[in-house]
Amino acid sequence: MIRINCPYCGERDHSEFSYGGDASIKYPSLEASAKEWTEAIFFRKNIRGFQLETWHHSNGCRMWLEVERSTLTHEIKSVRPCHPDLQKVVENNK
Amino acid sequence: MKSKRLNNLGKIDRDKTLNFTWDNKKLSGFEGDSLASALLANNIGIVGRSFKYHRPRGIFSSGVEESGALVTIGSKDRRDPNVRATTQELFDGLKASGQNAFPNVNFDLGGINNYIGRFFAAGFYYKTFMGIPPFEWGKGTTIWMLFEKLIRKAAGMGSASRLPDPDSYEHAHDFCDVIVVGSGPSGVAAAIEAAEKKLDVILVEQDSLVGGNQLSENDFSTSKIFNQLKSLGIKVMTRTTAFGLYDNCVVGLLERVTDHLSIPDSTLPRQRFWTIRAKHIIVGSGALERHIAFNNNDIPGVMTANASKHYLNRYGVLTGEDIVIATNNDSVYETASELSEAGANVTVLDSRTNIEIDSNKNFEIRKGFVPYNINGTKKIDSLDISKSENINKVDTISCDQVLLSGGWSPAVHLLSHRGVKPKWDPQNACFIPSDTKENITMIGSSRGLWNKDDCIASGVAGATDALNRLGVSKTNYFFPKPGGWKNPIKPLYEVKYKKSRSKSFVDYQHDVTADDVRLAHREGFISVEHLKRYTTLGMANDQGKMGNIIGLSLMADLLNKEIPEVGTTVFRPPYTPVPIGALTGRNVGKHFRPLRVTPMHQWNIDHGAKMIEVGLYQRPWYYPKQNETLSDSYIREATVVRKTVGICDVTSLGKIAVQGPDATEFLNRIYSNAFAKLQVGKARYGIMLRDDGIVMDDGTSWRLSENEYFMTTSTAAAAKVMAWLEELLQTRWTNLKVNVTSVSEQWAGAAVAGPKSREVLNECVEDPSLITNENFPFMGVISTFLKGNIPCRIARISFSGELAFEVYIKSDFANTMMDLLWENAKKFNGCLYGLESLGALRVEKGHVTGAELDGRVTIDDAGLGKMASIKKSYIGSAMRKRGVLSADNRETLVGFFPTDLKETFNAGTIVCEKNNIKGQGIGRITSVTHSPELGHWIGIGFVEGGLDKWKDITLIGADPVRNKQMNLKVVSPHMVDPTGERMYA
Ligand SMILES: [Zn+2]
Repeated sequence: MIRINCPYCGERDHSEFSYGGDASIKYPSLEASAKEWTEAIFFRKNIRGFQLETWHHSNGCRMWLEVERSTLTHEIKSVRPCHPDLQKVVENNK
Repeated sequence: MKSKRLNNLGKIDRDKTLNFTWDNKKLSGFEGDSLASALLANNIGIVGRSFKYHRPRGIFSSGVEESGALVTIGSKDRRDPNVRATTQELFDGLKASGQNAFPNVNFDLGGINNYIGRFFAAGFYYKTFMGIPPFEWGKGTTIWMLFEKLIRKAAGMGSASRLPDPDSYEHAHDFCDVIVVGSGPSGVAAAIEAAEKKLDVILVEQDSLVGGNQLSENDFSTSKIFNQLKSLGIKVMTRTTAFGLYDNCVVGLLERVTDHLSIPDSTLPRQRFWTIRAKHIIVGSGALERHIAFNNNDIPGVMTANASKHYLNRYGVLTGEDIVIATNNDSVYETASELSEAGANVTVLDSRTNIEIDSNKNFEIRKGFVPYNINGTKKIDSLDISKSENINKVDTISCDQVLLSGGWSPAVHLLSHRGVKPKWDPQNACFIPSDTKENITMIGSSRGLWNKDDCIASGVAGATDALNRLGVSKTNYFFPKPGGWKNPIKPLYEVKYKKSRSKSFVDYQHDVTADDVRLAHREGFISVEHLKRYTTLGMANDQGKMGNIIGLSLMADLLNKEIPEVGTTVFRPPYTPVPIGALTGRNVGKHFRPLRVTPMHQWNIDHGAKMIEVGLYQRPWYYPKQNETLSDSYIREATVVRKTVGICDVTSLGKIAVQGPDATEFLNRIYSNAFAKLQVGKARYGIMLRDDGIVMDDGTSWRLSENEYFMTTSTAAAAKVMAWLEELLQTRWTNLKVNVTSVSEQWAGAAVAGPKSREVLNECVEDPSLITNENFPFMGVISTFLKGNIPCRIARISFSGELAFEVYIKSDFANTMMDLLWENAKKFNGCLYGLESLGALRVEKGHVTGAELDGRVTIDDAGLGKMASIKKSYIGSAMRKRGVLSADNRETLVGFFPTDLKETFNAGTIVCEKNNIKGQGIGRITSVTHSPELGHWIGIGFVEGGLDKWKDITLIGADPVRNKQMNLKVVSPHMVDPTGERMYA
């Protein structure tokens, strides 16, 4: 099974997490057009290999994480908080 | 076949007799027997009937690859079908029976199938029943559905008990540095090496004894090895199968705890399902001996050569008197020598000519010969043999047993679970494991090593590999090369029968013959994956452990290709079957899923509530008086609420504290209606949309102070909304200073609804002046105290359409609150009401819930479009009007009356136009109730074009599931008090 090394809690089984989605998507502003929103929410790359994705530690610390995972092997290259300020905090505490 | 127990040899305890029954016949065996060895000791040759042709079948092997001796163990609620007799340990009182036969395996009426076999060739079912001409598409499917039950019964396996499983099963977890699968020479060497280097080691063995294939050696001592392993602190798990490898070095194990006991310890689970998280996995899962395809190669008495050795030296059973061993490799000669020493008359047919064999020559070797055809039906009478070159019958040997060795296949299954394709080794005529980047090392004969010394060396190398990868050591190591026989193997997969209608079995259990493979080829099913599905080759319980390579070689031959070019099928977990009970573990009955109760759960029950499950929650459904039925009760409750007052537990609603300087801005972005100007001390009903413009959930948010809100969500969407808010704050709007906290468990809530609700609250609060209509208007919020100075929050909000309040209190005070509210409601002839009457009241008002907001509905569809702000942007605002979502004929919310007011209808009814009753119609009824206020049944739901289009037109409600149809009148969804006078009173 997939094991994710949560920066807050340590390595845990994937059953503690909920899959979010594509972490590389930059959501447009709320004022943006339907066309821009359509691009952001309906068009997805079907990546073979490493992709950035969000996972929610829903049965843990409740933090949203950015996970670099291979869709072929489930290998996980990196895990970090989604929130940029928290990313810095975690970096500095390493 | 004439098999018998010897007075010497074997690792059985001849002083301990075990009685058992086979097809109701009383037999006995010894402690240490398998069911198969005990049957052989009693000279029982026929133990099953084959899948399609109902041919008599015997015991082919001595292990997990068994594809003939599948039997049913136990009776009544402990009846276990399709058990391999070869791996079932014998115990006193064991009841076993043959299966797939009527009346029994010796005389089976289904045997007629053997003579009408051409109807059962590969693809027969598909061609006949699945819509290929002469049956065109559609018709064939119908016929298939008619015949399926009959066919499945005839071509069946054993049948499972229909009774509830009386046993318990456990899920367990463990961690270790290294897990070693298999206790053969290589596995033991690896475990010892790793343990001596201070690693934490688990050794797993599917058998009851450690030793692997050494158990088929006469002088092997299993206890000596076991004690050595234990003394090193290794956790040895016998009767435990590593059935699958998963990501991140996770191994799934099935431990059979009590399957070998006469009287299981009632404190123990029958089986344990283990999840082991290791740092490194070493697999020494051995190799499986293959048979050879030739005519009638399935007659009882045919067995793999190594199995016979196993029966001899482990169980003291000699499996035949006149034995012919057919081989293409060196592995059988020790067996031949031992069998003849034990008293059998042995002849070896070796397909090779240019070979050197060291043997004491107490048996005959016929070089350059292969088996051609077995004569006999229920037992072997003789074997026709042929020269390896120029296949044709040249001689007949009278015999009662034919042992086969067509080569060995390393058990690469576990590595295959990780997506690692094995590679073909032409020298050894087998697939051997490829390398992997993962922390998995293959050792021993599962690596293609045939010598014990090589196996031991590979075990040490495997452990060193693990130590290096774990950073414990940096030692060079090497693995011996695959192989190890003196004379090279010569591939031999099929000896082709000259006459037509041959039965050369490739896959015994599914009755797949060499002709079936050729038929599949003729009809174009040449890819391995197609071949497998068309012929069902390798899809039986044994998953092709014995027959797959033979099938591949036949196809390779037909395509003029090499075996690796044809490919190999991917092995998937489990290696051997895992019972559903073990997968389920303790999650049965009321433990099937977690149960959530509100803090006033017991209070509700004490006050007569009948409960209903809503998601994981138990909620009061209705509170019947005396002999009231559900409908008596909810109609009374709803009537009382409209007339005086009712109290309802609403704790299961999701509750979220939204706090921080940007809380208002946050809510303004997530709700479709305006929140920016909501005053402190006010609540607002809000609708959240998804990014794509569809409604996600609705609820209320109460502004408690400048920077603090109390949000409620629907019961069903509570977890989803919480995760959504966290996602937005942590991933999209990371500069907003807002914190969200789930406080669902911290607050208990009750609705107080009805014209007398204010008067009830007057009696319950410390300061009644706070709740006058002037001080506490509709959608007002106050934080105050219930009598006894208990802090509470109250909002004047209404789901029922009556004057109503929601009171929230710290969960610990839930019972106090309910006592207080109920004492005072009684004074006004009030009632307790449950979910059913809550539903009735909201349907009368046309209020939507999850039944309506089902993930397909826009805010306009739900008739709430006017609430959406046009002055601001919010989640979903860009998308909610896109193309299809603003089409004229969208299904929009309406109310429904039966035209004949005495009619009833059900939720799920399909709304159709007259004379066009079909398909999905033009709408649907989502919620129905009897309306106490109106005195007849009403419903809400959706219809294309909405109320304006159908106002005065009779529609049809079709309910094909319940075989019901009625005329419908479309009305406004706001069926009671449409102007809301009562709410504002
Ligand atoms: Zn965490």
